[in-house]
Amino acid sequence: MHDRPPSTTGSGPTAAKGMDDATAPERDAIALSRRRFLEVSGGLGIGLVVSFSFPFVHPRAAAAGTPDSGGGEIGAYVRIEPDGSVVFSIAESEMGQGVLTSLAMLLAEELEVDWAKVRSEHAIGDEQRYGRWQTGGSSSVRQGFDAYRKAGATARALLVAEASARWGVEAKRCRAENGEVVHDASKQRLAYAALAEAAAKRPAPNEPALKSEDAFRIIGRDVRRLDTPAKVDGSAVFGLDVRIPGMLVAQVERPPTLGGAVGSIDAKAARAVPGVKAVLEIPHGVAVVAEHFWAATKGRRALRVEWKPGPWGELDLAAIEQRCLDRVEAGTTARDDGDAARAIEGAAKARVLEALYAFPYLAHATLEPMNCTAQVADGRCAIWAPTQSPTASAETAAKILGIDPAAVRVHTTMLGGGFGRRGADDFVADAVHLAKQMKRPVQVVYTREDDMRAELYRPTGVNRLRGAIDAEGWPIAWEQRIASPSILRDKGWPLKDGIDFTAVEGVRNLPYAIPNVFVSWADVELPIATHWWRSVGSSQNAWVTECFLDELCRLGGKDPVEARRRLLKDHPRHRRVLDRAASEAGWGKPLPEGHALGIAVHESFGSIVAETAEVSLAADGQPRVHRVVCVVDCGQVVHPIGVRHQMESGITMGLSAALWGRIDIEKGRILTTNYDRYPIARIDQTPRIETIVIAEGDAMGGIGEPGTPPIAPAICNALLALTGRPIRRLPIGRVEAA
Amino acid sequence: MPAYTLTVNGESRSVEADDDMPLLWVLRDLLGLTGTKYGCGIGLCRACTVHVDGEATFSCRTPIASVAGKRVTTIEGLSPDRSHPLQQAWIEQDVPQCGYCQPGQIMRAAALLDRTPGPSEAEIDAWMAANLCRCGTYNRIRSAIRAAAEAKRHA
Repeated sequence: MHDRPPSTTGSGPTAAKGMDDATAPERDAIALSRRRFLEVSGGLGIGLVVSFSFPFVHPRAAAAGTPDSGGGEIGAYVRIEPDGSVVFSIAESEMGQGVLTSLAMLLAEELEVDWAKVRSEHAIGDEQRYGRWQTGGSSSVRQGFDAYRKAGATARALLVAEASARWGVEAKRCRAENGEVVHDASKQRLAYAALAEAAAKRPAPNEPALKSEDAFRIIGRDVRRLDTPAKVDGSAVFGLDVRIPGMLVAQVERPPTLGGAVGSIDAKAARAVPGVKAVLEIPHGVAVVAEHFWAATKGRRALRVEWKPGPWGELDLAAIEQRCLDRVEAGTTARDDGDAARAIEGAAKARVLEALYAFPYLAHATLEPMNCTAQVADGRCAIWAPTQSPTASAETAAKILGIDPAAVRVHTTMLGGGFGRRGADDFVADAVHLAKQMKRPVQVVYTREDDMRAELYRPTGVNRLRGAIDAEGWPIAWEQRIASPSILRDKGWPLKDGIDFTAVEGVRNLPYAIPNVFVSWADVELPIATHWWRSVGSSQNAWVTECFLDELCRLGGKDPVEARRRLLKDHPRHRRVLDRAASEAGWGKPLPEGHALGIAVHESFGSIVAETAEVSLAADGQPRVHRVVCVVDCGQVVHPIGVRHQMESGITMGLSAALWGRIDIEKGRILTTNYDRYPIARIDQTPRIETIVIAEGDAMGGIGEPGTPPIAPAICNALLALTGRPIRRLPIGRVEAA
Repeated sequence: MPAYTLTVNGESRSVEADDDMPLLWVLRDLLGLTGTKYGCGIGLCRACTVHVDGEATFSCRTPIASVAGKRVTTIEGLSPDRSHPLQQAWIEQDVPQCGYCQPGQIMRAAALLDRTPGPSEAEIDAWMAANLCRCGTYNRIRSAIRAAAEAKRHA
């Protein structure tokens, strides 16, 4: 299954500038045999390009226990270019979170190469080699921390062994440094490029020695990102920038109502539009295939389709919320400590608080809309896609074409934003259907409107809460009943003990020392596809729990920071981020007139984050967030500036959602189709963000997502302090002054 | 189909296109310049920002007929070697995350520095508010523009 790619589909993307065309065929030509291999090829310009793979077991492959996982025979590979630069193949999707840099740092650290000589690129999806490639869950660096370092160390050991054998000296008298092996006693040096061919044939050490932390030269440093140069001169190749010879461009018209279907098609006028090549029905829509985007647009305008409305023609947000409310008391118990109901019902009325919290559907709204380019020929398929899931993309294509997934090659382009959305592959399916029918490469492009309507949304839902405090004002009971559509059920995944864990994350593990806690969750079936959205369940649950806690603090006359300190007595890491954020933000100190401070703490994906928001209200009632302090404890850090950037990014995305994010649905139609109705923060709406990173050697946490959850409650808690009124419904929208 | 001639990144280029074809798609699909990005199609995100006769312009709503004979600069033409002070500052400060909006951000910022060599924070915010970044790189954009302005002053 690891033979050469078909000649018809083996060419790389040929963007005007960008993806290295010269190396793409060369990469493809490397047979992915189970043996370690080395290939020296001339003819690619001046000098030699040396590629060698080294034993590497991707943690995903190891976890899956694939037959190769024990043998160490399959590998990641590194290419040494004539100019001495070292190019790593990375099997994680770069969507802005920095994996092409952070994972390369791990390899470069152990391989002992100069960072200035390092480049990295996406590997070609290959399940045997890399396991199921699915970038998400803030897991890439956590999962790869040991494996990528071991791979680099193995390669270094092989190079040192080869050099020492040539010199007839002991390996332990040699060292690797800046892309060379050095023998100090004899002052001899050999470049890796001169050693790689023979080194790759040597037996690999079983447990290569890893560098100690104090010897790190790259890990933990703010090295420059490797993908930046191509992102400032227009040469980075995103999915929409793929250009394959003979490629056509398609847009797909979809039913305007949820659950709708094609009735009849009148394509005569569309086909007459200059540049339009075909009008084709595919599952879930009608495609206009044309020479370029604009011709497809005009063809689409001329297309007449009669749609069958489907059974959901009257659905709107009120009806959706009612369905959630109808289910909220019927949930499955997710946590039951003590006896919350009894504690609440036994408490004096003045010490009980009841609230209903509601959160909306959200779109990911990546700036690059969904797209995919596919080519189908001779029983094989090539895909170029900005995808978080190359393995699933290959399977989707294979299923449509009735071929083996191994006959599908997935080239991962740069992703113009991901946030979970690109873990799905609806856009891949469209492209494969069309490439199959057209017998030419086809690039499917979602317009912004298509993209937002075809979104897979962050679920909506409601929370019915009851809480009680004791005579001293401390919380003693917490009851939270959640009703929301299940992402896992939408995907056909099993629910463990009847619970979608994503729906209760952050609630089931509420860290506060409250003796009586009850949590339940009920699924709500609705005809709207749901999906992972940056920080998934924590994106709404942190808002509910942290805001309701502030409400209880207010009822009990407690300061939100003091109350959390006490309630987090068993969670020293939570307390540490809380204390640090409070002191950096100046908690309790005077603020400008009309400003208030809110705070929230939340753990997700193994990292604990506290954030404060300093908020005021503009004359029109729009909340204005002036300053955010973020303290993240992620255990260990590979790329500190990358951590800070991800916090800023997660905060900005969470801020947009809190202030304005809502998908509107009326008469079965998605009304929110562009950035006018779905605003995302602009520069003048973005606060100053100060991030402090704590890394004291605890287990490594994720960084892509954990910055998002605390910002919505921090803002809402500031508004509660400012106006005395809680925010129980998102988005916040306009707020009345106190 | 009418033919139009315009100057793109210093070169005279001729295209045959419908008069309403947006400059964005002329650049991307007819001239192979994919650095200019499509984001929203209605001038809300400005990922498609280019310079027309030196003015920051959103190309997704600029029909080819309106730019015939004019001078268009895209991200590919801002400098031959990423040497523009903004590109340098963007690299120095690791501004991009996904990077998709950044060509538009840089072209927008370049037009600002052309007219206001030392912009204040408020001027930066007001001018750059036209362009969206979904990754939230705004804190870095602000400081990179300040750094580039500084570098330009000392150049």
